[in-house]
Amino acid sequence: MMEVTINHKNVKKENVKKENVQDAPAAFKVNNLNLWYGQDHALKDIKFDIPEKQVTAIIGPSGCGKSTFIKTLNRMVEMVPIVRMSGEIIYRDRNIFDSKYSVEELRTQVGMVFQKPNPFPKSIYENIAYGPKIHGIKNKKVLDEVVEKSLRGAAIWDEVKDRLHENAFGLSGGQQQRICIARCLAIEPDVILMDEPTSALDPISTLKVEELVQELKKEYSIVIVTHNMQQAARISDRTAFFLNGEVVEYTDTSTLFSNPSDKRTEDYITGRFG
Amino acid sequence: MALIKKETVRKRMGRRIAANSTAKGIFIAATMFALVVLAVLLYRIGSEGMEYLSLEFITNFASRMPERAGIWAALIGTLWVMAVTAPVSFILGVGTAIYLEEYAKKNAFTRFIQINISNLAGVPSIVFGLLGLTIFVRLLELQRSVLAGGLTMALLILPVIVVASQEALRTVPRDLREASYGMGATKWQTIRRIVFPAALPGILTGTILALSRAIGETAPLLVVGALAYVAFVPENLFSQFTVLPIQLYNWTSRPQEDFHMLAASGIIVLLIILLIMNSIAVYIRNKFHKRF
Ligand SMILES: Nc1ncnc2c1ncn2[C@@H]1O[C@H](COP(=O)(O)OP(=O)(O)OP(=O)(O)O)[C@@H](O)[C@H]1O
Ligand SMILES: [Mg+2]
Repeated sequence: MMEVTINHKNVKKENVKKENVQDAPAAFKVNNLNLWYGQDHALKDIKFDIPEKQVTAIIGPSGCGKSTFIKTLNRMVEMVPIVRMSGEIIYRDRNIFDSKYSVEELRTQVGMVFQKPNPFPKSIYENIAYGPKIHGIKNKKVLDEVVEKSLRGAAIWDEVKDRLHENAFGLSGGQQQRICIARCLAIEPDVILMDEPTSALDPISTLKVEELVQELKKEYSIVIVTHNMQQAARISDRTAFFLNGEVVEYTDTSTLFSNPSDKRTEDYITGRFG
Repeated sequence: MALIKKETVRKRMGRRIAANSTAKGIFIAATMFALVVLAVLLYRIGSEGMEYLSLEFITNFASRMPERAGIWAALIGTLWVMAVTAPVSFILGVGTAIYLEEYAKKNAFTRFIQINISNLAGVPSIVFGLLGLTIFVRLLELQRSVLAGGLTMALLILPVIVVASQEALRTVPRDLREASYGMGATKWQTIRRIVFPAALPGILTGTILALSRAIGETAPLLVVGALAYVAFVPENLFSQFTVLPIQLYNWTSRPQEDFHMLAASGIIVLLIILLIMNSIAVYIRNKFHKRF
């Protein structure tokens, strides 16, 4: 597998690329976000800006609230009936919890790729065309173009172009995951949320998805949850370390892995706990 | 020192293996018993019913003379009743299931409805007949019509269709719903384009099996007032009618041997219809069965 040394002592300060990530305009501004599952306080006073057209990685031990956080960004977390929230998340100058903001509108701009590939039991073509269709696009020519563009965007066009009308279940897990990414691209979102998108994939498919993420960040803002610290180090511009529902540290990726300012972050990335 | 004595293990071995084959024998016997009874039944029906089974038997009306009697009125009556029962029970049943599974809040009231629907599925069919008599025949003044009979049958199988459809809807993985909602689909779009199509094979199978139960039912229609002797086919929803099982019941209750043989012939026709319906159900289940 791909070996990346993340032991911060081995990384020379000069090698740290000094991208001025803080100055990038924010896609999301999260302020004082609190979330409870019943009595369980799962997110605590989260304050967090997510930059545009960059990859933001979220790492942290199991159960620390990574999935919960990423699901609040497109309000999927509200599907859990016992959820309560407070605080605000500003997306393009609007609070997504505003009563005038419909979840349908939000999710059209903030797409999501799930941990387990979840294509619909339909043809590859219908999987990709699903998003445009639910948004009212019926023109066959437009749909054809969207399908091709999205599949190309997800780097899977060449593999499936001759079998567009076969069931998507016939594909490998890695291919299915890229179909799901293509399906997400087809609604032309601004932001793509990915919750451990490679945890169910083999190393080669993982590599393909990682390369794809690098490509996609030219046009999309990407938030990715990962358990794999090498992966975060490889593909992200900024990294947030979550612990027990709090953001312990959030800074550019190279700094976080080479020179963490919090002891808990250091312990986690050097594998001393978690 | 070993805690388990090898000697006892060896002694027990023979007994365990013997018990194993005994169990197998018991279960085979249970299956064989049912198969033998079924075979005897089919043999009797076959040997008695072949005599009168012919094209005329299908196309003739009932008659006092066995050699001219047929099941045309009953067959067409059954089709008419089913033409009412199938769409009504399907639309109401699937609609209820979608509401309960997808929309209803999981509160005490929903649970109350749920328990009652499951209980209704076990209520004797004669009770539904009395309900149909009170509501459709008397209150709505539909008289002894195809419509009243069909609606009564729809009530009878409604709980079964609701429960089967709910189970089918529940097997649609949450992943798929999440994927759809995650792309900005509304609840209705998700149900219509993802959940319903994925659940449809299960729903159809359940519906067909429920309908084949309705085809064999006699009691509720007797109560609602299906006629025992009919020499015409229904012309519209308000016509009087009879159905196959009532015709068969009528023949078997006569003293003459010939009518018993006619009944056997009718049973063969009924069995063939049921067989076809069940085959369709199996076909749908296999054809559309999707891996999730
Ligand atoms: N649907 C739910 N109902 C109740 N509690 C939940 C629910 N989902 C998550 N939680 C709780 O919220 C906390 C955070 O869970 P979350 O799934 O966000 O963790 P995570 O960081 O994504 O973990 P993992 O790395 O294992 O995916 C956990 O304590 C979990 O038990
Ligand atoms: Mg998670």
